[in-house]
Amino acid sequence: MNKTGAQILCDSLVKEGVEVIFGILGGALLPLYDILPQYPQIRHILTRHEQGAVHAAEGYARATGRVGVCIATSGPGATNLVTGIADAYMDSVPLVAITGQVATPFIGKDAFQETDITGITLPITKYNYLVTDVTRLAEIVKEAFHIAQTGRPGPVLIDIPKDVLQAVTNFVYPEKVNLPSYKITSRGHMAQIRRAVKLIDKAERPLIIAGRGILISRAWDELKLLAEKAQIPVVSTLLGLSSFPGRHILNFGMLGMHGMAYANLAVQNADLVIAIGMRFDDRATANTDDFAPLARIIHIDIDPAEISKNVPADVPIVGDVKAVLNVLNKEVGSNDHLEWVSQLGQWKYEYPLVDLSQGDKLLPQYIVEQICEVTQGDTVVVTGVGQHQMWAAQHFTYTRLNSFISAGGLGPMGFGLPAAMGARIGLPEETVWCIDGDGSFQMNIQELGTIAQERIAIKIAIMNNGFLGMVRQWQEMFYHGRYVHTKLWNPDFVKIAEAYDIPGIRVKHKEEVVSAINRAMDCPGPFLLDFAVEPEENVYPMVSPGENLAKFIDTPRPEVLSK
Amino acid sequence: MFKKKRTLIALVEDKPGVLNRVVSLFRRRGYNIQSLAVGGSERTGLSRMSFVVVGDSAVVEQVRKQLDKLIDVVKVSDITDMDAVFRELALIKVKAPASVRSEIMQIVDIFRANIVDVSLNSLTVEVTGDDSKIGSLIGLLHRFGIKEIARTGKIAITRGGVKD
Repeated sequence: MNKTGAQILCDSLVKEGVEVIFGILGGALLPLYDILPQYPQIRHILTRHEQGAVHAAEGYARATGRVGVCIATSGPGATNLVTGIADAYMDSVPLVAITGQVATPFIGKDAFQETDITGITLPITKYNYLVTDVTRLAEIVKEAFHIAQTGRPGPVLIDIPKDVLQAVTNFVYPEKVNLPSYKITSRGHMAQIRRAVKLIDKAERPLIIAGRGILISRAWDELKLLAEKAQIPVVSTLLGLSSFPGRHILNFGMLGMHGMAYANLAVQNADLVIAIGMRFDDRATANTDDFAPLARIIHIDIDPAEISKNVPADVPIVGDVKAVLNVLNKEVGSNDHLEWVSQLGQWKYEYPLVDLSQGDKLLPQYIVEQICEVTQGDTVVVTGVGQHQMWAAQHFTYTRLNSFISAGGLGPMGFGLPAAMGARIGLPEETVWCIDGDGSFQMNIQELGTIAQERIAIKIAIMNNGFLGMVRQWQEMFYHGRYVHTKLWNPDFVKIAEAYDIPGIRVKHKEEVVSAINRAMDCPGPFLLDFAVEPEENVYPMVSPGENLAKFIDTPRPEVLSK
Repeated sequence: MFKKKRTLIALVEDKPGVLNRVVSLFRRRGYNIQSLAVGGSERTGLSRMSFVVVGDSAVVEQVRKQLDKLIDVVKVSDITDMDAVFRELALIKVKAPASVRSEIMQIVDIFRANIVDVSLNSLTVEVTGDDSKIGSLIGLLHRFGIKEIARTGKIAITRGGVKD
């Protein structure tokens, strides 16, 4: 049947099961938006900025595991997507970004709103396309969705000139993709798995490091089985949080620069590290030369290029985490590492996080713990980037699988609010809390308009300390307390919310926290809580740049100070 | 770690932008390409790229894996230590007044190179071979005064009997 490029695009999206797209139109996309009402199956969320659209699509993808789709017009619309595309690339988020482009005769002529978006996004996409022939469009959409969600997921961009959207051709959606050069190793090499099993069976102090790969591969049951069968303690990367039950006796929290002291000590003392679906990011490893110095390393990852990139692996296993663990679990012997696990328990007792029961100060960590308490952990937490992100990682106990959504690799401030929108749209029955900072929140504050227009019922908690807090902390610790351009003048966020027809309250005292959270939960729609938190609270523990994980700066403790 | 020259060959899709993707990867990850040659292969729709990269073994292994990860790359091999034929072609324009012309021609003969262009004051020599052969010819011609050099970059193919 003959269809226009615009129709072919929509039909192809329907074939891919796309239920929502986030975007903003513009001149180059008019032929597409003109026919969008003919496709009521595709919900379109009009964001206020393209960065909001791409982060929302990421939030949707991270929450549901399905491909997120965002759309932007040519030129500035396309360039505004770049931060989110880079973020999706770093964190392996399945994303299809569709951009309008000037008509083919104008390409290369510096036409109005022309930009070389395929050139710009070349190093930050898994693949990208400039569609110059409408007869290739359906095939390209099929390939794009296939590439985005298979193997190590990532963003794929499709740039479509205006005249291609208008051109007509026969529409047939291909059944299969034809990509002979695109290969994925999903089953681990049996000999390597056996070598891994041998190491695991004889290890005395084994440790699992769980990364986002567990969540992507939905391998949480397999992870739990391995940990329990061989009694191996588990620590997570930032993005691996919520892949292993938060209250499990073998869960020893997050490792890394702001990881739990006991998690970091576990890494530095382990004799075997089983790194699963993680990429040895420097925020997780600290100084790689001195990372897990006593351990052999088994690295399981679907991306061969991650093996020995940052930390050399003794036993590399390239494959899908779920498939590999399935085989590994059958071969691994039951074990108990009583002494080792109790050593970790001892460290956990010796190095607890900050004590929040004392004092009257309104501490952000306390708020995070109370959100966890009130919701019973039955919520999805989405964060921005900064101190609040680390507190949300440290102080919330993630009992629900895949309930922590955060931008780890790129660290784009402004991620929280739009990503929370996308998460809630993907999971309309679930409670979604956006834990944000005042700086991060203001980087995409305009999305309050989208939230109001679409009545997206997210709960927003701003840890308002009046600073770009993480940078302030570094200035305090490493630049002799010289606070250069980190102090923020902030507007009244409750009034701003009110202007967007979103109810909110400002919370100044510790004793008001629980009732405020309850009030937000009781409100059927979106709600904003502006917490006036202790301005110069720091994130601890902290491993200073260049140090190894065992050399953390511990949480200051009053009883230690008084001695 | 010990840095050395490694030769990689890659079979890639012959599509617009593929060279850009490959080169962009080298730039982005800070890998050093010493030479790059691209041309057709025995299979229609596929090109063969030959790279000479400099780095320690860990770096070169990363280069290989990162290249292999590109969707348009069908296969990458590090053939440095394999039984393979390596060739490069160079064109060398050398100053050749009548007084030294015959001496140059003798050298060219010894190297089984060819003279492909002659003018009043210069000769252009075409030479094919591996790095060291081309290097020594250039070295010998240096004292006559070299005006221009154009080199193709090394191409390579594994010797017969070695599996694809």
